[in-house]
Amino acid sequence: MALFLIVFLPLLSSLVVGFFGKKLNLMLSHSLSCLMIIIPFFLSLYFLKLTLSGSYHIVVPLFEWLSSGDLITEWSLRLDLLTSVMLVVVTSVSSLVHIYSIGYMSHDPNQTRFFAYLSFFTFAMLILVTSNNFLQLFFGWEGVGLASYLLIGFWHKKDSANSAAMKAFVVNRVGDFGFLIGLAILFFYTSSLDFDIIFSMNEQLSSNTFSIFNIDFNVLNTACFFLFMGAMGKSAQLFLHTWLPDAMEGPTPVSALIHAATMVTAGIFLVARCSPLFEMSPSILSFITYIGASTAFFAATVALVQNDIKRIVAYSTCSQLGYMFVALGSGAYQIAIFHLFTHAFFKALLFLGSGSVIHAVSDEQDIRKMGGLYKLIPFTWIVMLIGTLGLTGAPLLSGYYSKDGIIEAAFVSQTEGHFYAFYLLVFSALLTSFYSWRLIFLTFNGKSNISTEIFSKIHESPKVMLFPLMVLSILTIFSGIYFVDYFMSHDYQFLWQTAIYLSESNHVIESIHYVPKWVKYSPLVMMVLGLITAIIFYLIYPNIPKILSNKFNPLYKFLLNKWYFDELYELIFVRNISRIGNFLSNFGDKRVIDGLGPDGISLRVMDIAKQVSRIQTGYIYHYAFAMLIGLMLFITYFFVRV
Amino acid sequence: MDNWNLLSIITFLPLVGALFILLIPQNNNTSSERNSKSVALWTSLITFLISLLLLIGFDTSDPSFQFVERIVIADGLMTYQLGVDGFSLVFIILTTFLIPFCILISWDSIKDRVESYMIAFLVLETLIIGTFSSLDIILFYLFFESVLIPMFIIIGVWGGQRKVYSAFKFFLYTLLGSILMLAAIIYLYINTGSTEILLINERLNINISTQNILWLAFFSSFAVKLPMWPVHTWLPDAHVEAPTAGSVILAAILLKMGGYGFLRFSLPFFPDASLFFAPLIFILSIVAIIYTSLVAFVQTDMKKLIAYSSVAHMGFVTLGIFTFNSQGIQGAVFQMFSHGLISAALFMCIGIVYERLHTRLISDYGGLVSNMPHFAVFFMLFTMANIALPGTSGFIGEFLTIIATFKVSVIAAVLAASGVILSAVYGLFLYKNMFFGQITNEAIEILKDLNNREKLILIPLAFLVIFFGLYPSPIINLISSSSENLVDILNLTLNDNLSLELKK
Repeated sequence: MALFLIVFLPLLSSLVVGFFGKKLNLMLSHSLSCLMIIIPFFLSLYFLKLTLSGSYHIVVPLFEWLSSGDLITEWSLRLDLLTSVMLVVVTSVSSLVHIYSIGYMSHDPNQTRFFAYLSFFTFAMLILVTSNNFLQLFFGWEGVGLASYLLIGFWHKKDSANSAAMKAFVVNRVGDFGFLIGLAILFFYTSSLDFDIIFSMNEQLSSNTFSIFNIDFNVLNTACFFLFMGAMGKSAQLFLHTWLPDAMEGPTPVSALIHAATMVTAGIFLVARCSPLFEMSPSILSFITYIGASTAFFAATVALVQNDIKRIVAYSTCSQLGYMFVALGSGAYQIAIFHLFTHAFFKALLFLGSGSVIHAVSDEQDIRKMGGLYKLIPFTWIVMLIGTLGLTGAPLLSGYYSKDGIIEAAFVSQTEGHFYAFYLLVFSALLTSFYSWRLIFLTFNGKSNISTEIFSKIHESPKVMLFPLMVLSILTIFSGIYFVDYFMSHDYQFLWQTAIYLSESNHVIESIHYVPKWVKYSPLVMMVLGLITAIIFYLIYPNIPKILSNKFNPLYKFLLNKWYFDELYELIFVRNISRIGNFLSNFGDKRVIDGLGPDGISLRVMDIAKQVSRIQTGYIYHYAFAMLIGLMLFITYFFVRV
Repeated sequence: MDNWNLLSIITFLPLVGALFILLIPQNNNTSSERNSKSVALWTSLITFLISLLLLIGFDTSDPSFQFVERIVIADGLMTYQLGVDGFSLVFIILTTFLIPFCILISWDSIKDRVESYMIAFLVLETLIIGTFSSLDIILFYLFFESVLIPMFIIIGVWGGQRKVYSAFKFFLYTLLGSILMLAAIIYLYINTGSTEILLINERLNINISTQNILWLAFFSSFAVKLPMWPVHTWLPDAHVEAPTAGSVILAAILLKMGGYGFLRFSLPFFPDASLFFAPLIFILSIVAIIYTSLVAFVQTDMKKLIAYSSVAHMGFVTLGIFTFNSQGIQGAVFQMFSHGLISAALFMCIGIVYERLHTRLISDYGGLVSNMPHFAVFFMLFTMANIALPGTSGFIGEFLTIIATFKVSVIAAVLAASGVILSAVYGLFLYKNMFFGQITNEAIEILKDLNNREKLILIPLAFLVIFFGLYPSPIINLISSSSENLVDILNLTLNDNLSLELKK
């Protein structure tokens, strides 16, 4: 029942606020939306406590959904440790985002609609993490996509927002296409979509093959590949990442929700949930490792040179998701979830903090036009510092435990490509530290580049926005040290046994406690190096970046333009789709089909009719002449026959 | 309940209503118009309510025909025989459910010859229900082809600028198919000595090559109706010119007569030929899904866009039917049912804005959401249903079809699934250009949101689209025994063929 409430209270508030929000008192709809997500948060905490005490696992059936032939699915809610961690992440960040939005959106005339979308988003994510079969997971999966589409395009008068929303949905659909294929494969070989049934058949799946065009494919590998394709779309991994930075077009609280707690974590969750499948498919695990590490590196390099404050944080998300995938690929599912958990807090903090900065400087987002803000908005400055320390992995803060865990896991893993991942991740840690501090220094330190008009209006955000920042700061500081044992200590296997499957030979989490010293300290060293470089570049000699960008202009352009992915896709897909469409429409349909078909036939009929009608001239002598000839032919024929 | 002649009542009640309208004195004033509208509305509503009795009395576990009525007519040449199984029942209910909406949506938009318009719709209803309930092949043919006449008139009289061109194109295409089908029907009669579908099924004994020819004859008719690629080009033109309610009936019900024909005739009569031609159908369906989705994307006329998307969705129907397994067939029928709701709703939505702005060009719109927020919500819901978002009825059919197709051909399933990307592209493209962005057309500034009549139309459709998306079982249960029965027949043939090959 409590589980039911967790999932459906946000839906209820979404519907009530969405349909009747305009009629309700604003205060009432605010408190309703917030309350309907805060209650689930406390219930989730209760469940987390319950599941952390041992191997707890229940399934609450609701009602039948789709049954056809041998396919039987039902709506149901599943709870185990993995779910309850996700529940806490989603509901906590969502509650804080709801509260923060009261202040952030206070001038928007359509804010009730905004709250309805936020609650719906939360609902979709909750149904996703509590699902007990792939179909329901897909429902939440696409529901999240829809909600993000609505939220990113919330300011619908901005063209860029509309395009970004559409891009997000379509790119996600590319991933969903993979997901659907994955489902079809799994269903074909197991006649079920239930997690437990499919997972129990994992060995059988891995021994089957099917062939297309005489090429043999392993069933499990193929299924995992396509499922991972879905995860790549949702979690914005390389090649399907392009929607994520553009998603910044939405209001800032949305960015926090999308990037920190929901949506992008769905892909990580999916792979962790399907650990019994992925665990049996080492080649796909190594593929995940490669993709994850490359994404982590790629996004970090792009973040180095961006100037939009939200865009930097967005690329940082993309990069951190890459870290999580490396953890998954290495077989350290718990650490991936741990990083997801801590990342949710410090990333939400960074986003909401950026929102507070943007709020203060009259909606300016370019960090080159800021500077020296630390005196003016000290509270925001401090929380941003905490967020940055968390992200870069400063000792004892949350990111330190989870991120270092991932790097160590990459080192000790058995997965092919783990060294590639290890070195890239270590290097990315340096980049992460550099771009994070660059953001801080350009925004808060140095001399101010703000126009006097805006300068006079700078103010700290209202309390309703600062409160969530404070809570998130506390979580950023303590969530790592408090929870690390549940994810990485020696009895992790007992705790997670119902949620995550580990093969016999997988001892990654055991072994990370015995890595060499240099591996253990490398991320920390990288972080300090990044910090020092940033201090030199932006505090001591602020001319260096300019000189470097001039000297290495092509490289700088390459990074600034995000490796030209958007341009490439525009060239390959976007333009060609309309070109092909036009061709098919004008040539295929109009010329070929209609031309040979109905239009052609009716033209021919008309032609013949015209020819025939030409005979009917209306002159008597023509008819008389024709009759004469006819008569002659007739007589001739008669004679000849005789 | 069998001797109540329930099916005949449902079939001919609309015709009675049409006669009533004829009796109303025609003096071209508003009162006679209003009277004919009310008669039409009440007739169709009562027909709908009576048709619900079918649902109550229908035994879902029984795959044979129910509510059968049989009278021998024309000196024993043919019979007047009606009856329903799960397949036909779904379509009959869909028809009786949608006709009242068609009348409601035309309430203000049709201004001249209102009486004739209402008569045309009621006659159309009779003919459609007759088509879905006939158990005699000649009777079926009569109903099936007569549907063309009122539809032709509706497009030709109350249509747009190029209405004559469209009406003729529509007629030409469908005529070609129907002549071939008639020839095949005559052959069946000569071969079996009966026109009753059940008897033909029992007695039909023909070799494989004759089966193939007959199959093609039926196919030519059904493929045009559905429509399948490449005989689809009449549909966009017909839609563009048809009045809103005409488009609704066309997309929601007339297209389904093609799919119904495959299920009722092609598969059970000619199982060998169906198996033989299945690859052809697969190819045509896949082409339809991808090709027409791409074409839909570049349309500038919103009705054409939806029309092309209908063709793509029908691609899933044919794909599902010719997988010959229960998920595929149930998916196909569900897809037809759900598309009936969704396309009806979308065409009604377009009608609603067309009445206000009198343009169908997408570029004339933009920023609608500011003045029509309620309408925007409905349109969003139907767009999402159209692009098969889980939780809407559109998803169920496509999902079942994809997993069923996977059992037969992996490649086909993958290609069909790519439809989910393409449909998102054109669906969201349309939505974005209509509803979002700056308002460029001044006329949009003063638009009014939905009135109560329009809400009354859209709310039930929206409810059903979500309801059947979350709980499709009522429909699936209705058709499951009929589809299992059909699958059994096909499997039997398949096994026979296999054993024959083994003997050789």
